[in-house]
Amino acid sequence: MSYTDRIKEVIDGADVAIFMKGTPAFAMCGNSDRALSALRRAGAPVTAIDVLPDPQIRQDLSAISGWPTIPQVFVKGELVGGADIVEELEQSGELAETLRAKLGEGYAESRDESTVALA
Amino acid sequence: MSTQPLRELLEGAFPDATELAVTDRTGGGDHFQVVVTAPSLAGLSLVEQHRRVYEALSAPLADGTIHELRIKTKGAA
Repeated sequence: MSYTDRIKEVIDGADVAIFMKGTPAFAMCGNSDRALSALRRAGAPVTAIDVLPDPQIRQDLSAISGWPTIPQVFVKGELVGGADIVEELEQSGELAETLRAKLGEGYAESRDESTVALA
Repeated sequence: MSTQPLRELLEGAFPDATELAVTDRTGGGDHFQVVVTAPSLAGLSLVEQHRRVYEALSAPLADGTIHELRIKTKGAA
């Protein structure tokens, strides 16, 4: 079974999507936790997708994004990067700038955190 | 895996690198940090810069010898 269509739906539909190992409540990998923490510090409304329930999710995701590692963060359908980039952009202030530019000034007010289960 | 084969792959991909470092973060031979500064990365987004590094290390990433990779790139000389 392919997850491609549903992954694309999430990427295109979510303001901020993070494909991670584990869930926001319990990240199973240091890098996923680093990326999520940086998004939280920037006040991003995060939709989290756990890739661990089925290895196929990760394969299909990487085929779409061309990015080999997890986590992967998307803003309005565009790949922002993995943990290192998201952290770097958060520290330079560019992450908040990007969020403001793509989601509007009040993006941090909702501060929603939701999860989507694919498997 | 030692850091040397990774270093060689990166040297091949970034012959113009002014800074190139590979460190084994845990000593276990599978968690690595790479730092690459090269003029050829200038003008590229961070996503594109990191893609170049992933391409250079695609073999050890695909076969699992790199379990975790941290990347720091700069486009300056």
